[in-house]
Amino acid sequence: MINTDILVIGGGPAGMTAAIKASESGAQVIIIERYHELGGQLIKQTHRFFGSKKEQAGIRGISIAQELTEKIENHSNIRVMTEATAEGYYEDEVVTISHENKFKKIKAKKVIIATGASENMLAFENNDLPGVYGAGAVQTLMNLYGILPGEKVIMVGAGNIGLIVSYQLLQAGVDVEAVIEAAPKIGGYLVHASKIRRAGVPIYTSHSIKKAIGENSVQGAEVVELNDNWEMKVGTEKVIEADIICLAVGLNPLSDLLIQAECEVVYTPELGGDVPIRDENLKTTKDHIFVAGDVAGIEEATAAMLEGEIAGLKAVSEIGYSNENIFEELNRLKTELNKLRSGPVGKVIKNGIEKVRRGNYVGKNRYSHLR
Amino acid sequence: MLEKTGIPTSDDLKAIKPDKERLKKGPVALIECFRKIPCDPCFYSCPFDAIDEFKDINDIPNLDYETCTGCGNCIASCPGLAIFVVDYNKNTLSLPYEFLPVPEKGDLVWGLNRAGKKVKKAEVVRVKDPAKNDKTAVVTIKLPKEYLMEVRNIEVGELNG
Repeated sequence: MINTDILVIGGGPAGMTAAIKASESGAQVIIIERYHELGGQLIKQTHRFFGSKKEQAGIRGISIAQELTEKIENHSNIRVMTEATAEGYYEDEVVTISHENKFKKIKAKKVIIATGASENMLAFENNDLPGVYGAGAVQTLMNLYGILPGEKVIMVGAGNIGLIVSYQLLQAGVDVEAVIEAAPKIGGYLVHASKIRRAGVPIYTSHSIKKAIGENSVQGAEVVELNDNWEMKVGTEKVIEADIICLAVGLNPLSDLLIQAECEVVYTPELGGDVPIRDENLKTTKDHIFVAGDVAGIEEATAAMLEGEIAGLKAVSEIGYSNENIFEELNRLKTELNKLRSGPVGKVIKNGIEKVRRGNYVGKNRYSHLR
Repeated sequence: MLEKTGIPTSDDLKAIKPDKERLKKGPVALIECFRKIPCDPCFYSCPFDAIDEFKDINDIPNLDYETCTGCGNCIASCPGLAIFVVDYNKNTLSLPYEFLPVPEKGDLVWGLNRAGKKVKKAEVVRVKDPAKNDKTAVVTIKLPKEYLMEVRNIEVGELNG
């Protein structure tokens, strides 16, 4: 059994800032990460981040990952375990992990779950053809391994991920034949949309993919216009040639561990799926468990990093590592987070968070029948 | 419309156009950021305080054209690559560029409009790609006046074959 003060599960932006913040007070921290390096999605983000200049805006995601990784490596009281996967959460607050082909047990005074999210799949004919990729996989191939996924891409989804990955594909020299979006409006930031549009990429809103074309691999896609009720308009089908269909159709919080740990979890569409009920310091309905980042609701990395700091700070304060300025610091972080969420996109997120704030939620817990 | 196509309309563009008098005075920045998003690096990038401090980080940047000197410091600071500088005296346009190869002074490139259509050939007159720009080059091209408000991207390579 490994004992520690704080266990952080997930080495993405939220988990990294949580670990750093927690360790600053002197607590012993373990951070576990499934991949062989820390950084989560940040290590694929070659674009400059939005947000507040005070919180890393204007800096590329890859540079933020580097900076945070260095900070963690320089902290003597943070132990990093990569290629480590959390397997289960037990009643006596023991987390089991697989690490270096060994089954290990960790008992921490507080656990911060920052497992992130997984990509949504989309149902259409032939969606199992080789050449149909998630946007995350395309980024991994291109930006981590320097491998071109193909020559011509159809991007499905005009949210920020679809728009940003389209731009990165163009930078890699891949043709983006079209971005298609089922909603009547572009979901991502319009500056991202304008950026790829002026590079010649058409964006078709109110369009969906009907089927992938090809025998052994993708050779194109049949796309179709949608009416105001999101139904396919017969006769508007057209074929776009491509060898890659890239899906950027949203993310889903990876809340399995939270559900298994019996944290109350609620389906909240504004936040992308099943998310934990929590208080303003990101503590779940279990006294031992905090959350941060996409697992608490799909948002930008900037928000995830702030949430990580809040959860990290609050978690250590509850086990006696007090910092004189903790309340001031927590308030500052919450103010920053609130500012980020004060726009039109943030409003939806705030509505979602209000619904799952501890004390506000009155419905039935989605998974209580499993107990 | 912008929300459907990604192409700003003439109505959107009206909001950013400095008047003719100002354009005659020399280079000036144009911030083509039309919708509220949480982002403020442009404010911090301006050495002349020509961009108002953001009361709310979601505000649309407000540039005082009289204070703006057209120095172009803001161009590479914008994560949306939405800032350009036009100079109606020298007939030049400066834009952010994050593709390889970065063109060189003297190169001939295609000027593309906001829909990515090739509209005018242009000569590169200056390239700034210092380390502090972190791989966002600022490319300045020479264009006839009537294209300064139309061209917003370049295609490099084809014309130097």
